[in-house]
Amino acid sequence: MPCNKKIISLKNVSMNYHTLSKETFALNNISFDVHDKEFVTILGPSGCGKSTILSLISGMIKPSKGNIYINSKHIDLCNSTVAYMLQRDNLLEWRTIKQNVLLGLEIKKNLCKESMQYALNLLKTYGLEDFIDYYPSQLSGGMRQKVALIRTLAINPQVLLLDEPFSALDYQTRISISEEIKEIIHKEKKTSILVSHDIAEAICLSDRVIILSKRPSKVKKIINIKFKLNNLTSIQKRKEPGFQKYFDEIWQEMNDSE
Amino acid sequence: MTVNKENTNFTNEHYIFLKKYKRKKFLITFFQFIIFALFIFLWELLSRYNIIDPFLLSSPSRIFQTIITLNNTGELWSNIFYTLCETIVGFLLGTIIGILIAILLWWFEFIQKISEPYLVIFNALPKVALGPIIIVWMGSGAKSIITMALLISVIVSTINMLSGFQNVDNEKLLLMKSFGATKIQILKKIILPYNVSNIISTLKINVGMSLIGVITGEFLVATKGIGYLIIYGGQIFNLDLVMTGIFILAVIASLMYIGISKIESKYK
Repeated sequence: MPCNKKIISLKNVSMNYHTLSKETFALNNISFDVHDKEFVTILGPSGCGKSTILSLISGMIKPSKGNIYINSKHIDLCNSTVAYMLQRDNLLEWRTIKQNVLLGLEIKKNLCKESMQYALNLLKTYGLEDFIDYYPSQLSGGMRQKVALIRTLAINPQVLLLDEPFSALDYQTRISISEEIKEIIHKEKKTSILVSHDIAEAICLSDRVIILSKRPSKVKKIINIKFKLNNLTSIQKRKEPGFQKYFDEIWQEMNDSE
Repeated sequence: MTVNKENTNFTNEHYIFLKKYKRKKFLITFFQFIIFALFIFLWELLSRYNIIDPFLLSSPSRIFQTIITLNNTGELWSNIFYTLCETIVGFLLGTIIGILIAILLWWFEFIQKISEPYLVIFNALPKVALGPIIIVWMGSGAKSIITMALLISVIVSTINMLSGFQNVDNEKLLLMKSFGATKIQILKKIILPYNVSNIISTLKINVGMSLIGVITGEFLVATKGIGYLIIYGGQIFNLDLVMTGIFILAVIASLMYIGISKIESKYK
């Protein structure tokens, strides 16, 4: 898979935050690439600036140092779509499921017959067709997160940025929904970057895991995840001998302080 | 993966729960009414037997008599009409201008920071103190009274709405920004709809504020309205008239409150 073309590359990116009382060095000289249709997870201790990386890739904030390229173009010049999925679903309670899903298209002033049909098809394909006129409060947490994903996919982005999108769910829902969402992302052929601090989740979902150190974060190690069989479910992967090996490797790496 | 649906098959225990709830609700309404009835009854009784001085404390029957007299002379409805009109105009202007200022301050954070101390001081300043100035500037008519109502309600709605705007969930704003939303889109699609209940609670407060403003204005200008009746009654030691004015105000205030509650239930 990594032989595909590069979609995103970070070159020596550093990021500092300034407040009146202190200066925080969040990222220190981070470089990595993400290839087409790859699922990469960024793992790291909490507060290490994982989310900052996503904000940088989305272009919402600018790095203090270094460059970010999307499709080999500098991020300031590129217009390919990058879409965010956040920790909470952030569905707007006063809008129906359908209206929520169309929010991104409305904002991008891209709401036409075709794009609307595309969004509605996504809802249909992933089993939410019967709920399009419901309000978010009528759906369960897992379903809401799925709607949030479809809202993200509706703008037909090339890259998905997932900022701990499962952490607000209970454990059981979390496993089944992360599985389902991985499936959807795979079918829709998207490149994704997931931020997480759950090692098991990272192993089950990703093709590659990037481990960050404590602040100021550096890339500690990049681990390719490969199982013997290709399309195992999360639960099946957890039973594989390879799972434990990866888990130990990542665990050690994350707990090994320098 | 379930959808919440209303269950209508209750167990016996649930019926007992419902019964208890209804009983409690009934008792609350019952006591509310009894206290009111007892108050009126005792007031009437004590003043009729001269245990309390009816000249100073009036009585329900005297208030009723005064209302009839006012009605016959035509003063009743014209004064209510004046007070109501002024309150409604003051209320609408105060709310609309208040919300507009709040939007302006939300939009330009720099202006908001600059204006902060002025807002705080103007909010704390008793607006009655401005009465003489307002009368000199606006003349002794409805204009002054509405200005007073406006001053009292506008600042409260601005502060209320602004804090509501600032309380909008940050992650929702982040989501909007990740879609590349412009400021006007954020305002229309998040800030305003998110604050509907806040707008309604501002309306509720403003109804009261405008009425306070109008009565204060009428006290100062003293030509027409319920406030005028009260101040006039006080000057000629006709406390029946004062009490009648207060009674009419209580009725107006509760009617307006009910009106706003109706609007509120529509949006829920």
